[in-house]
Amino acid sequence: MKDFPYTEKKDTRSGFGAGLHELGKTNPNVVALCADLIGSLKMDAFVKDFPERFFQVGIAEANMMGLAAGLTIGGKIPFTGTFANFSTGRVYDQIRQSIAYSGKNVKICASHAGVTLGEDGATHQILEDLGLMKMLPHMCVINPCDYNQTKAATIAIADYEGPVYLRFGRPVVPVFTPADQKFEIGKAVMLNEGTDVSIFATGHLVWKAILAGHLLAEKGINAEIINIHTIKPLDVEAVLTSARKTRCVVTAEEHQMNGGLGDSIAQLLAREEPLPLEMVAVNDSFGESGTPDELMEKYGLNEQAIVAAVEKVMARRK
Amino acid sequence: MSASSSPAAEATATRSVAELKQIAAQVRRDIVRMVHAVNSGHPGGSLGCTDLLVALYFKVMKHQPEPFDMNGIGQDLFFLSNGHISPVFYSVLARSGYFPVSELATFRKLNSRLQGHPATHEHLPGVRVASGSLGQGLSVATGAAQAKKLNGDDRTVFVLMGDGELQEGQVWEAAMYAPHHKVDNLIAVVDRNGQQIDGPTEKIGGLGDLRAKFESFNWEVLEANGNDLEQLLPALEDAQARLGKGRPVMILMDTQMGFGVDYMMGSHKWHGVAPNDEQLEKALQQLIVEKAADY
Repeated sequence: MKDFPYTEKKDTRSGFGAGLHELGKTNPNVVALCADLIGSLKMDAFVKDFPERFFQVGIAEANMMGLAAGLTIGGKIPFTGTFANFSTGRVYDQIRQSIAYSGKNVKICASHAGVTLGEDGATHQILEDLGLMKMLPHMCVINPCDYNQTKAATIAIADYEGPVYLRFGRPVVPVFTPADQKFEIGKAVMLNEGTDVSIFATGHLVWKAILAGHLLAEKGINAEIINIHTIKPLDVEAVLTSARKTRCVVTAEEHQMNGGLGDSIAQLLAREEPLPLEMVAVNDSFGESGTPDELMEKYGLNEQAIVAAVEKVMARRK
Repeated sequence: MSASSSPAAEATATRSVAELKQIAAQVRRDIVRMVHAVNSGHPGGSLGCTDLLVALYFKVMKHQPEPFDMNGIGQDLFFLSNGHISPVFYSVLARSGYFPVSELATFRKLNSRLQGHPATHEHLPGVRVASGSLGQGLSVATGAAQAKKLNGDDRTVFVLMGDGELQEGQVWEAAMYAPHHKVDNLIAVVDRNGQQIDGPTEKIGGLGDLRAKFESFNWEVLEANGNDLEQLLPALEDAQARLGKGRPVMILMDTQMGFGVDYMMGSHKWHGVAPNDEQLEKALQQLIVEKAADY
């Protein structure tokens, strides 16, 4: 099992803020909108240095999505910023009609996704956003794993023509991917080559998968770990190549089982290569108040849960 | 159809009210024929807003039908928020040169660019955003107006909403936003026909004093008769004169649903019902054009 040394922990939302600020300097068409959460979204630097290209919308997310659609007419590249819950469920019809169906070049940037939002509780902890967004035709859905990758993804989506949902979070997590990485939309990242099981993880669960990989190595299990930062379009070739090699699959995500990454991979395998699969995800439940670590443990989203899923799926392998 | 042969390419500033009335009668013929042909669609609001759209596309707006440019830099833009009145939008777009008039025959049919509600998905020239789910157009138009400001483009953005549509909450989010951000290159029009699907607006979900409401939101507000071009054209000029002073402009436009066809006028019953053969004939007899050029 490869080591992934890191020197600091940072929140992925700060990666977004840094990427957005960088875009402010390099791409004059990039504009940003925020619904009264500049600090939470780490948009302060962009607001300070590019005030003429920033729009404070107030607590009016539906209007924000419509404004963003309109700003594309004239060649702007709008990045909207609010919590994941208010970026998706609250404004689904606005995104569906004015952005997705209309093919608008809007980047919907969503922080505080999942249970790691913590103490605010289930009203704010959306676990359905990936599913909501991936169901929209031609919507690109991205969930990077650490600060560096979120920054790189933020910069990359400005050059992608079409609507994008970019999901990130609140807690600090190890920064283990390269600072100079080139983010390739739709291209899975091989983290550890293995032969016994394929672990496909996204977002905060990528680091948990690495921790699980070390625990599995102690048990003599050689896990292949792949970071699926782009849920849609899914890197079909990377998934099938790995699954055909190891013959069993575990998926891991901070999301409902219904509609998430595991759901996408299960569909793919059922069509192309039926193999045993276990999902590490939230099973038809809302979250609750607590610290991020407590919640990840209670809802079965940590390295122990991944290890248990690996043992279960390997026992099912023919 | 080439741009040079399209009516919109002619010198619009000199077009007379008499000419505009002829175009409006032709557009109304298109509307009832389109809706009749597929036995579906929304004639009432379409007929009521015909004079506005004809005034905008054939007189007031500076726009370039061909080649269609989504970004519309240097052009006035129009957004239809109440997308169900697509028949009038399609007819006016076709007759001002955005696409062949013959294509009106495909309205609401399989594989058509003329979807039941306007869409960009099929790349119909002249449509810049999908609409139909109500309440979204004012936000989109405001964003487009802000993009114009960023681009140093001094042209105007127009948006039309239904009055029943004002029951959607998003409209009021946008109504609060546009004056706060001094979006003063935006003219919004409310089609105040007083009707919605289930009956009169004041019976279904009272809108109250719209002038007082929008004025309290810091809009420039004026009122106009939307079915009399002699009054509507000066009102549009008045609206344009009020731009550029730090506030968006709202026109409360009084219309009659179904205007031009006597048996449809003023009733919510013709919001979304198509005329039968006999009713179509009766309607066409009332919509007289000197040189009728039905598609």
